[in-house]
Amino acid sequence: MSSVNLTMAIVLGGLYATGFYLLLQRSLMRVLLGIVILGHGANLLLQQAGGAPAGRPPMLGEAPVRLMSDPLPQAMALTAIVITFALTTFLLALAYRAWQLLGHDEVQDDVEDRRIRRLESELAEGESAENEQELDSEATR
Amino acid sequence: MSVLVAIPVLLPLGAAGLSMAFGRFADVQRWLGLLVLGVIVVDATVLLYIADAHAPLVLYLGGWAAPVGIALVADRLAALLLLISVVVMFAVLLYSIGQRITDYGRGTSSTTFHPIYLVLCAGVSLAYLTGDLFNLFVAFEIMLSASYVLITRRTTANRVRAGMTYTIVSLSSSVLFLTLIGLVYSATGTVNLADLAGETEKLPQAPATALALLMVIVFGVKSAMVPLHFWLPDSYPNAPAPITAIFAALLTKVGIYAMIRTQILVFDRGPSWRLMLVLALATMLVGALGALAQNDLNRLLSFLLVSHIGFMLFGLGVYDVAGLTGVILYIVHHITVQAALFLVSGLVTRYTGTVALSRMGGLVRISPLVAVLFALPALSLAGVPPFSGFVAKLALLQSGIGVGTGWAYAAAAGAVLTSLLTLYAVARVWTRVFWGRTRPPEGDPDPTDELVVGTGDTSRAMVHATGVLVCATVLVAVLAGPLAAVSERAAEDLISGEAYRTAVLEGGGVGG
Repeated sequence: MSSVNLTMAIVLGGLYATGFYLLLQRSLMRVLLGIVILGHGANLLLQQAGGAPAGRPPMLGEAPVRLMSDPLPQAMALTAIVITFALTTFLLALAYRAWQLLGHDEVQDDVEDRRIRRLESELAEGESAENEQELDSEATR
Repeated sequence: MSVLVAIPVLLPLGAAGLSMAFGRFADVQRWLGLLVLGVIVVDATVLLYIADAHAPLVLYLGGWAAPVGIALVADRLAALLLLISVVVMFAVLLYSIGQRITDYGRGTSSTTFHPIYLVLCAGVSLAYLTGDLFNLFVAFEIMLSASYVLITRRTTANRVRAGMTYTIVSLSSSVLFLTLIGLVYSATGTVNLADLAGETEKLPQAPATALALLMVIVFGVKSAMVPLHFWLPDSYPNAPAPITAIFAALLTKVGIYAMIRTQILVFDRGPSWRLMLVLALATMLVGALGALAQNDLNRLLSFLLVSHIGFMLFGLGVYDVAGLTGVILYIVHHITVQAALFLVSGLVTRYTGTVALSRMGGLVRISPLVAVLFALPALSLAGVPPFSGFVAKLALLQSGIGVGTGWAYAAAAGAVLTSLLTLYAVARVWTRVFWGRTRPPEGDPDPTDELVVGTGDTSRAMVHATGVLVCATVLVAVLAGPLAAVSERAAEDLISGEAYRTAVLEGGGVGG
């Protein structure tokens, strides 16, 4: 097990907390920023996973092995950065399309979900005993 | 020999590029897609044969041996699921080609669909074959990126909403996956699955359990396990029928596969394992009860999909050879059945012009063939005796009762109840859609979204593709004996983990 530097641990916690907080917002732009910040947090965590940075490039004969930094987490972080970058671009395009089509950037409720929830409350009020008839009238309305 | 393992990943990726280049030649794209998937079906059959008769095939990428380099491993489980998945992908591609030709004529083709579909195939294959945790992440990203594009093609307002939910939920779980990889690497110093198995044993109980639980959450989101399932019934029904079919058949099952592979190979079963049975019970019941409330045919099927994920978790929770045999059988059965049901739903909506059950009726007189095509997989899903669902459910129930703990009995009872609820749900669909007064098809509310068409116009390719899948579900029941034998051998491999480890780490595999 490798230990982690306290400053980095606090930075990581801050990034994750901010990211998840933004993810829970209604506005698409904030959600998107949340994803970006979470991605940064995850990439930084991958960097930290290699242990404290020893600083020397991992090339045989250049430095003693214990001074080399671990190249594998760096390679993984690099791959992850490319992937999160590409997907952020995709999300931006999607958010722009949503703004074009809907005129605002709020995350929408599912209409069908709302309809079924309404059905439940109407049933509870005893307006109709027959579930199926209710569905019919709802759908044709 | 070991190059056979690379074909299901490399061939579709290369072909995707080629397909993009031939964007203006619709027929070339179509034949290329079918040819590539056909080759992979043959390749997967050979892989399954070799893995079953000899030993797992292992390919070390770049020639770097196991703990350092990335290994692709085709053992019994991976090869079996790969074979079934590619067969389903082939049938669904045939269906979507048929739909395209019926609606738009032979001359045009969507430039993006075929390349992206092949990329999806590469991602799914890599997820099955990879023997490395980080590579599994890459496989998921290939697969999911392709699915983001497929679900948001021809963007309408509703589809943007659904696509947004889907993309954001998947991305958040991917970020958690990255976090998991970072934590696993800092705890053990390796990301090779076979190597991890030995390393996690050296960890203290607490971090090992924490890592295992984080893994359950990561793959639980991908496989729509309750309470992480909410995104699925919102997003899947908004895609065109063939795309929903392929998502429902493969993406969640890849999540389950990843969960089985990582949990069983890497971690020992801790005391927290009975949580899995509770989750399985919740998933089965929430899905089935959710399905009963729906009026939209595709949403109903999506909730049934969630509910049947619970059966797979049930077998995983039982965690012995009998239980895992049941899970593997269930995955094979469910991949074919769920794809078939969504394709039939696509056929149904072409006649009705709506997805609302309350506005359908009398379809059995218009098209008896569609009624038969619906009845077979629907009965199979509910687990009515001669069909494949019965075989798989029976294996699971027997294993659950064999364990004999309180939660196992509860989950087994839940499984029986869920089967009955499923039967009720599909019977309700049957009476609504096929019986009753015949109604004229409704006009297409939005001609651009390919969601409901209502022309009543189906080409032979679409019906044949659905027929192929329905035959496949029947074939799963007919071949239940040999299939159960292979599944049992795969489950024994999983539990002991010895074959996998020696194949990857000590070069004991074929072509290693």
